[in-house]
Amino acid sequence: MDRAQTDARIRGIIEPFNKKGIEISDGATFAGDFEFDSLTVMDFVAAIEDEFDIIISMNQQAEIENFGQLVDAVCKLQRD
Amino acid sequence: MSENASQPDLFSKFDPLIQQREALLASGVQDPFSLVMEKVLSPTRALCNGRETILLGTYNYMGMTFDPDVIAAGKQALDEFGSGTTGSRVLNGTYAGHRAVEEALKEFYGMDHAMVFSTGYQANLGIISTIAGKGDYIVLDIDSHASIWDGCKMGDAEVVPFRHNDIEAMEKRLKRIPEGAGKLVVLEGVYSMMGDIAPLKEMIAIAKANGAMVLVDEAHSMGFIGPNGRGVAEDQGVLDQVDFVIGTFSKSVGTVGGFCVSNHPKFEIMRLVCRPYVFTASLPPSVVATAATSIRKLMHGANKRAHLWENSRTLHAGLRALGFQLGTEVPQSAIIAVIMPDLERGAAMWEALLHEGLYVNLARPPATPAGMTLLRCSLCAEHSAEQVRTIIGMFERAGKAVGIIL
Repeated sequence: MDRAQTDARIRGIIEPFNKKGIEISDGATFAGDFEFDSLTVMDFVAAIEDEFDIIISMNQQAEIENFGQLVDAVCKLQRD
Repeated sequence: MSENASQPDLFSKFDPLIQQREALLASGVQDPFSLVMEKVLSPTRALCNGRETILLGTYNYMGMTFDPDVIAAGKQALDEFGSGTTGSRVLNGTYAGHRAVEEALKEFYGMDHAMVFSTGYQANLGIISTIAGKGDYIVLDIDSHASIWDGCKMGDAEVVPFRHNDIEAMEKRLKRIPEGAGKLVVLEGVYSMMGDIAPLKEMIAIAKANGAMVLVDEAHSMGFIGPNGRGVAEDQGVLDQVDFVIGTFSKSVGTVGGFCVSNHPKFEIMRLVCRPYVFTASLPPSVVATAATSIRKLMHGANKRAHLWENSRTLHAGLRALGFQLGTEVPQSAIIAVIMPDLERGAAMWEALLHEGLYVNLARPPATPAGMTLLRCSLCAEHSAEQVRTIIGMFERAGKAVGIIL
């Protein structure tokens, strides 16, 4: 799966979590723009993990602040 | 700060909490986090603000704090060994009493090894951070206690949480862990915020099938859950599958301290490599003496256990009948969590109960799951049936006054 495909699938997953209808761009941050609280983060991460059959550990999550970084991380985790 | 306004104040990160707290106190309620017990009369009664108060938020499940044998053992140890050890367990801090309490724990759990820490917090911190290292994976319930999370943070393992008590979510994550990596599954017997128990039998079977070691924190079950009071794993018949049981002396045992018991053949090496065990002073002799006496008495506590369960069922049914929203459908432990609509009304209800002469715990985020405010009640085997009826009446009056129930 290339980056564009991964990006599109993550956009589909984030939709129900994007309650404020924030415009999705690589720079959009989960804490600041999407205003995800810790419970939403857990559910969102679980949805991504299930979709791509990967693990995004808490350690890795700490490095992911915006949408673009998430797409990059998921691309990398699929290759590993 | 005023003389150096351009420098960032390290405390500014606490501003939202400071403001929330000020707003709460400005509404006129007493500060729920600064209560002082002026005198403790028994495991279930104390003087607070000059008023005799029933204690329903102490975790003193088995009421051992005033047991005459326990107190006598503590006094004798004070006389014979002094007030403190002034040393680490691995240097000058291991006295006869420390060995004796570890022997009592081995007997209580029927396990080969026992290691005593200065607090339960340090037991989780030490064991988890030491056994799961770089490249290993810790799979844990999202509602785990702060000491478990801090143990994860202190170690170098990859940390993978799953939704509370969700067996399938746990299994999926275990199956995704790379081949050959070390795996530790961390669970609790009783989750202390809602008072619910874990489906340990199913979860441990899956953990074992996926090659993981299993650590279970039984802090809130020791002494009264399971045929011998060994906890939820014993109750569900899977204690022999648990690699590490973590527990505390600060609940049913009635003093302070923490421990890990295990059958792992190499367990004793922990005493040299576990930093929260090595780099702190050991428990005072009086504390380990009271703990050992209490643990041995808990082995024969069947009648007290039965009465505690009766108390838990009575309170759960009584509060439910009044219309309170509770953390569990049926009582699963000695903790009954009463869910409050928000922090303001939770604090008002807490204060109204205190005026009635009842102490419960006010629990709020981030300690609670899903941002809830809870009035957490923990029952004691020494609460009489009459006290429990009195407590239900207090909840009724306070709940109506604050407008939580009709």
